[in-house]
Amino acid sequence: MSDTPILDVQGLRKSYGKLEVLKGVDLAVRERELVFIIGPSGSGKSTLLRCCNRLEESNGGAVIFDGTDITAKSTNINAVRQKIGMVFQSFNLYPHMSAEGNVALALRKVLKRPKAEALERARAALDRVGLSDKAENYPNQLSGGQQQRVAIARALALEPKMVLFDEPTSALDPELVGSVLEVMRDLRTAGMTMLVVSHEMRFAREAADRVVFMDEGHIVEEGPPEQVFGDPQMPRTRDFVSRIDH
Amino acid sequence: MEFILQNFFNWDIVTQAWPLLLRGFGMTLILMAAVIPVGCIGGLTVALLGQSRFRAVRWLTIIYVDFFRAFPPLVLLIFIYAGLPFAGIDLPAIVSVCLAFLLNSSAYYGEVFRAGIESVGTGQAEAARSTGLSGFQTTTYVVLPQAIRNVLPDLVSNTLEVAKLTSLASVVALPELLYSADMARSVTFNATPIVMAAVLYLVLLWPLVRLLSRIEHRSMGSR
Repeated sequence: MSDTPILDVQGLRKSYGKLEVLKGVDLAVRERELVFIIGPSGSGKSTLLRCCNRLEESNGGAVIFDGTDITAKSTNINAVRQKIGMVFQSFNLYPHMSAEGNVALALRKVLKRPKAEALERARAALDRVGLSDKAENYPNQLSGGQQQRVAIARALALEPKMVLFDEPTSALDPELVGSVLEVMRDLRTAGMTMLVVSHEMRFAREAADRVVFMDEGHIVEEGPPEQVFGDPQMPRTRDFVSRIDH
Repeated sequence: MEFILQNFFNWDIVTQAWPLLLRGFGMTLILMAAVIPVGCIGGLTVALLGQSRFRAVRWLTIIYVDFFRAFPPLVLLIFIYAGLPFAGIDLPAIVSVCLAFLLNSSAYYGEVFRAGIESVGTGQAEAARSTGLSGFQTTTYVVLPQAIRNVLPDLVSNTLEVAKLTSLASVVALPELLYSADMARSVTFNATPIVMAAVLYLVLLWPLVRLLSRIEHRSMGSR
């Protein structure tokens, strides 16, 4: 694990009108690290994640990714986004395209690969998430867990340096959660850098390098999972951890 | 009975008026081929401008759409053809018709496309943008294909209305089907040419009506 962070969030602020949801957040993620963000709903976790690829525009502070301040107006955000994959709670697969079409779209239109090569890379990405036999299926022919794995393949196909996961299992039936976590576990083994907002506390305990607890727009506490879950230092963390089911 | 056949279904009049009506029918086809794409492209442009991040642009498109939806198309056409010459703008009949249809039907098509675009969840565009697609690519490859599919029945229905509205061109002496039929009526002093025009419109538009109800059934089924 290298020491220079690949993602460095510095004093990040975000408001919706008068409501301040991020009140100066500092967070560094190093290469090959799996960082989990936990916290009650409305604590700003998803907003923080969405600021990391500028799906939300921040109002102050900086997000340095791989040496580039992505909050700067002059930054070519489309180029940066190729290097930061994102996986959404509700999958957001394109319903008018097959699984391989979903994965291949950015390969063709952003990386300008020829169709045959794009499809070949798309199938390789689908193979990585265990769905090579579903390449020609449309999203409505797939289970929720399969759809989310296609979405992960779509993010992986661009060979990103980091993947953001925004509650990747929250929309899934309980029996389908395992297949998605399995893929995330494989990614961790392969050394992918991941920033995950999730309520899967058991998975966080088992797989995370670091757990960050957020509340009311601040990072309250962060540390290794055994510390945050087993011996939280701050009263608010203790309160939150004591109330979650694990 | 004899009276009805004589005045509405007179075979002698049919054979006499046929060449004139056929030419009129040809002009109607040309008109439809011109004003439908013009209205569609205009409407798509209006709908996309309505999604602009600049508030002033969004307001202008709302005013444009409201204004031309409230403006009766016949008044609009006569204003362009017979009113504008008073300002020194003298447009040929065909150009007047195309301009009137651009203004009128782009407002209606614009509303249909807007509804389609808004029916596509924001998550779709976010997913596309998160993979590095530009805003234009996102609209072209992800949002519009879904938007159009979601409002296909409304698009076909609107197209049917526009096709029928081309008969308005008869008031500016453009020799399309209705104009030719009415001319034949006044020359022959017989209503048969009007009946012929009605039959030709029916033959042309009935397949579109069938298509519409098939699409409507299909989209009901998939819901």
